[in-house]
Amino acid sequence: MDLIEVGSVRVARTRDDLALGPGEHLLAGGTWLYSEPQRGVTGLVDLTGLGWDPVESLPGGGLRLAATCPIARLHELPAPPSAAALARECADALLMSWKIQAVATVGGNVCMALPAGAMTAFATALDGEAVIWRPDGGERREPVADLVRGPRTTTLRRGEVLRAIDLTGAALGARFAVRQLSLAPRGRSAALLVGRRDADGAVALTITGSTPRPRVLRFASPPEPDALAEAVADAGPWYDDVHGAPDWRAAMTARLAEQLRAELAGESGTTAGPSGAGDVPDAPGSSGADS
Amino acid sequence: MRLTVDGQEREVTPRAGQVLRTLLREAGVTSVKKGCDAGDCGACTVLLDGDPVHSCLVPAHRAEGREVVTAAGLGSPDDPHPVQEAFLAAGGYQCGFCTAGYVVTASALDDAQREDLPRALKGNLCRCTGYRAIRDAIEGVASTEAGALPGRSARPPAGARVVTGREEYTLDGPPPGAGAGPEPGEPRSTGGLLHLAVVTSPHAHARIRAIDARAALGMPGVVAVLTHADAPDTLYSTGRHEHRTDDPADTRMLDDVVRFRGQRVAAVVAESVAAAERARDAVVVDYEPLPAVFDVDAAREPGAPLLHADKPVANGIDGPERNVVAEWHAERGDVAAAEAAADAVVAGTWTTARVSHAALETHATRGWLDAEGRLVLRTSSQVPYLVRDELALLFDRDPATVRVFTARVGGGFGGKQELLTEDLVALAVLRTGRPVQWEFTREEEFRRAPLRHPMRVRVRASGTRAGVLTSLAVEQVMDTGAYGNHGRGVMYHSVHESVAAYRCDNVRVDACSVYTNNPPSGAFRGYGLGQVIFAIESAIDELARELGVDPVAFRRRNVIVPGDPVRVAELEPPSDIAYEGAHGAGQCLDLVEARLEATAGEDAVAAERLPEGWRVGEGVALAMIATIPPRGHRATARVRALDPSDPDDAGAPLYEVEVGTAEFGNGSTTVHAQLAAAALGTTPERIRIRQSDTGLGGYDTGAYGSTGTVVAGTAVHRAATRLAEQLAAGGAREAEADHDGLRRTVAFNVHGVRVAVDPASGEVRVLRSVQAADAGTVLNPEQLRGQVEGGAAQAFGSALTEEVVVRDGAVVNAAFRDYRLPKFGDLPDTEVLFADTSSGLGPLGAKSMSEAPYNPVAPALANAIRDAIGLRPTALPMRRDRIWRLANGIPEPPGVH
Repeated sequence: MDLIEVGSVRVARTRDDLALGPGEHLLAGGTWLYSEPQRGVTGLVDLTGLGWDPVESLPGGGLRLAATCPIARLHELPAPPSAAALARECADALLMSWKIQAVATVGGNVCMALPAGAMTAFATALDGEAVIWRPDGGERREPVADLVRGPRTTTLRRGEVLRAIDLTGAALGARFAVRQLSLAPRGRSAALLVGRRDADGAVALTITGSTPRPRVLRFASPPEPDALAEAVADAGPWYDDVHGAPDWRAAMTARLAEQLRAELAGESGTTAGPSGAGDVPDAPGSSGADS
Repeated sequence: MRLTVDGQEREVTPRAGQVLRTLLREAGVTSVKKGCDAGDCGACTVLLDGDPVHSCLVPAHRAEGREVVTAAGLGSPDDPHPVQEAFLAAGGYQCGFCTAGYVVTASALDDAQREDLPRALKGNLCRCTGYRAIRDAIEGVASTEAGALPGRSARPPAGARVVTGREEYTLDGPPPGAGAGPEPGEPRSTGGLLHLAVVTSPHAHARIRAIDARAALGMPGVVAVLTHADAPDTLYSTGRHEHRTDDPADTRMLDDVVRFRGQRVAAVVAESVAAAERARDAVVVDYEPLPAVFDVDAAREPGAPLLHADKPVANGIDGPERNVVAEWHAERGDVAAAEAAADAVVAGTWTTARVSHAALETHATRGWLDAEGRLVLRTSSQVPYLVRDELALLFDRDPATVRVFTARVGGGFGGKQELLTEDLVALAVLRTGRPVQWEFTREEEFRRAPLRHPMRVRVRASGTRAGVLTSLAVEQVMDTGAYGNHGRGVMYHSVHESVAAYRCDNVRVDACSVYTNNPPSGAFRGYGLGQVIFAIESAIDELARELGVDPVAFRRRNVIVPGDPVRVAELEPPSDIAYEGAHGAGQCLDLVEARLEATAGEDAVAAERLPEGWRVGEGVALAMIATIPPRGHRATARVRALDPSDPDDAGAPLYEVEVGTAEFGNGSTTVHAQLAAAALGTTPERIRIRQSDTGLGGYDTGAYGSTGTVVAGTAVHRAATRLAEQLAAGGAREAEADHDGLRRTVAFNVHGVRVAVDPASGEVRVLRSVQAADAGTVLNPEQLRGQVEGGAAQAFGSALTEEVVVRDGAVVNAAFRDYRLPKFGDLPDTEVLFADTSSGLGPLGAKSMSEAPYNPVAPALANAIRDAIGLRPTALPMRRDRIWRLANGIPEPPGVH
């Protein structure tokens, strides 16, 4: 929708252009910014003019995702198969359609800091590190898991710009599994969990959607069901909004976490997940992880 | 900056902060629609350098030098794009407002995307079709034909224009003043189009002490600020009916008391939407907050804050001192005695939620004064004649000086049987003398347009082991919100056909429609029946189980049969309504039962592939509806023979039909063309239809109560038949006819589902969905199928996912992204079966069938879930968290969304 208070749009060409005047806000894909009235936003600074490469290689097999990298690029991420599949599943776990994915950005989704922000889940599961340009010309780095503090809240201060999210080669080489659930077949995530198993046997469970901010449960070796359940039970408080009640979110998180544990442990018969019935002909309502 | 739009280079000057959608529309490119303006619905999809984008989210400055293709650029009626041809052939649209975005999106899909349509189309919402016909279009299934007479699936006359982005909706076409004018219909007023935005109440209940508009009036572009000091004193209702006294006169156009959060307080009229919206924040309103009440029980307690105590009972409010709009208590027979003698008695309480119509076209009106000084309103309405009459009354004008008309309306479902935008636009036009437009935002639809009435329904039912229903007692309490629009009619209707469907000697009804400080409820497909049928059909199912009788057999044993009185608790059966002709109810039960049996094996195989723990169940429910609203529904039609300048031109219309009813995807116009063609011995393509314009003269109560075929269609068929007789006799080349709709019959729908339920998550998956409809003679099978599918689809939405959440009188989820409207792939296909019946009261034997398919779906689902898990869900929507709690014995926490 038209942003009626906006009186100027500057397309940034250099880092110097990112100094914000009063009322100015950063514009990346714009898919959220233009989707709601923005009171008090009187100017926009368009980051896409900086021409950042969406995806860059880092030494050691790592990847740098520019903050302005379109989410659609996650469908063709040059990463090992499991991480590449994770990227695709996280992109499609978003409520947005593929048309919006082509415009919306990875950085924008993280900076929105919504519990259902699947880019937050993706980056957190990969121990992604946010590269942040400070207004004084410096730079700071912070794990995405810490950057996102709660619904619509990050550690970013005014004038700071999320430049990129760096992923290490080691993280990208891990094995991943994803579970998502919402109140509607293709709805906003009430819970979006990513399980990760590293080569050394360490397991990490990233919980998003059901908690106000990402939670990461780490285990030096694959946990037993009881240990996992205990850790998950302490992962609250559970988020409460129209996309899921806290009691249900807590229970679903526990259930999906156990499925991930079993899948990463290679136990048979449990990989189908909540939506494993997706092969039922003409069955509507597959729950999203396979959609 | 320059850009190319549909092959044409254009020079435009975008405003900072503007999006491509409004840039295009302001440039006259109206093939781009607005459904949400937030990227959720896809109606504004265009190709940008070949890639489909939601133009409401594209910053206009990014379109510089790029190529835009809209639905109109893809193809034209004479040379459609293959995708457009496919949508036309499959009938892949109803109102067609989403279609422009759909065809653009579909045109851009690659083979891999076509393999996964739910993913490919999850960004395109359709509220009418239930998506099956859209899938058919994309998969190349053709089901409609040109030139088809009644009984075959003719295409809508507007079809080729709809799929190519040419058909005009309410705000399409040049704004008044753009033409050479003034001539009839053109504005005599000078100056460009003004826009209106409203200041709204942050309080659920408050008295306005003062409004200071000076600062707003001083802002750039602001022309006027209208407040209660400017508004007529006459009280009215936004709900519109043939008889204006059907609704309580409890509303003032702009009031000095506000009764719900979001109620309009003042109207800012300015040179642009942005100027009006900016200025409304500068209007200073001094409120004296008043106590508010949000609960239907608390509202009726002594000492509760009263909403309309200042109005007399004569205004149509049964109990202004108790916040009661209407109530009805009646008993026939002796329920207590019947229960005492019964073999089983079941009792329960069922609740339903607020639902948004979510018509893709929001409410909107454009108004101006024409050369004769007539007030002209082009509006998104189901009831243009009723709007005209009420505005004439409110502004103390001769109705002949008010013209109200609609272009094609982008969906209605009852939500446009209301006077929501026309009144303030009229006030602003009369005050400023200039053309004025008001277009609701999607957020306004959620906050200010009426929602389905939430109800609490207690049912007690008793019967004997012989399978006889011996008593039925229904206690219904509904929240009509802050105003009583449709608050009376919905209440009476909700307990009418729902109860009258069964032969039962002992019936008790207690119904109450209650004012609260919540947003107003209003008319919605089924008009209250869906909510009460959810309860009654659940209770009937439970009673049959208690009695050890098959639930379908129990219904067959107790449903009324032809010749039975159609009554609730009246001792003397009403004389205006009769169940006549074949036993449609029995046929529908048989059809659904047979279909469920025939598919049991196939579904069992599918169910075996479900993960461990899933449970399968089956459920059926029945619904009855009167074919016409009570106490008259009038329509006139005029048909004339034309003199084509080139009689050999096969495309030239030979006859012209004038009819008052509006087209909003209901398909009435298609059927009217078929009926006229049949009577006149030609094909529908040779019939030109002019409609829904009070300027044509004539009259039509409106497109509600499922009357487009049985009332307006009857008038058209009579007039066409009369003209054919006249022409044969060498008489006049024009004929008129009318219909008063006073005699009514009933129609039935039976829905059956087979579901799988996952107790561990609460997920409900519909394995099979079938509905049988007693529609009388089927005039257009594919269109009727679409109506049934669409009604069922809306019902699946409100049964499983949809709810407008209101807390302390404030809507929490005022956007599609938070509302869970069913998307492509979310819904099961519903197989549609037709009973073999005929009605002497409809044209060629047709019955009405547009609201009714909604009504039996939720209880069929609830009964199937009950069958699957042994426990009965009683609250809509039957969300996953609720089913999970039910299945696991977890109490519902208070205050859950």
